[in-house]
Amino acid sequence: MGLLGDPTRRAIFELLARNPSSVGELAERLPVSRPAVSQHLRVLKDGGLVVSRAEGTRRVYQLNPVGVDALRGYLDRIWCEALAAFHKAAEAAGSDHIQEQ
Amino acid sequence: MSTVPSVPAIHGKTTIDVPVHRAFDVFAHSFDAWWPREFHIGHPDIAEAVIEPRVGGRWYERGVDGTECDWGRVLVWEPPHRLVVTWQINGQWQFDPDPARASEVEVLFSADGPDRTMVEVTHQYIDRLGSSQVVYDAIKEGTGSWNGLLARFAEASRRQPE
Repeated sequence: MGLLGDPTRRAIFELLARNPSSVGELAERLPVSRPAVSQHLRVLKDGGLVVSRAEGTRRVYQLNPVGVDALRGYLDRIWCEALAAFHKAAEAAGSDHIQEQ
Repeated sequence: MSTVPSVPAIHGKTTIDVPVHRAFDVFAHSFDAWWPREFHIGHPDIAEAVIEPRVGGRWYERGVDGTECDWGRVLVWEPPHRLVVTWQINGQWQFDPDPARASEVEVLFSADGPDRTMVEVTHQYIDRLGSSQVVYDAIKEGTGSWNGLLARFAEASRRQPE
């Protein structure tokens, strides 16, 4: 949960899923500073979700092509939200059931 | 396959104030009622998500245009305590019928008193999906429907206040 639990990191992950980008390009599209973007990218890189490559004079970040780590991060997020939704539905159904009796 | 699993399983857990049979019913029989709409595989928006209540049953979604898209199969159907389904999706976000490339989702329901249930979800063998080169390729090329799914996910996330 840790890696994509942070909203800014998730936003970076989602932007990179659409387009490989530099730190500057990411910072333009997010309400955070370039150093903050760099910091989050480092965490995502260390976690295996993101890789970088040199392109001319700039460094471009993209989702890790060895996609299983990225996929795992994504599925982790899905289950977290799905279980929260299930919890809500089951308790709502449970209270209906009690009222029926 | 003899390869050592390199991708750790995903674990989720929640405790609910309902009896165990009720928890199983809502999870499996009313899957459509709670599954978050933004998580789907098919191209059209989702009209219904279904787990067929038997071993060998399909786990699938029906789109608003009536087309169906499989997610996997039911491997274990043991109400009210245990359910195992496969999730077998390839790099084009389509059902992959090869069971060797299927990940598995196990859901355990344990009574924690008469009106309380612990529900544990384990999504494992995720690396089996990765054994399919197309998963790598779809992400590497950046053009596959992986991106489409993430884009939809991003939109859905933005709609929900943090």
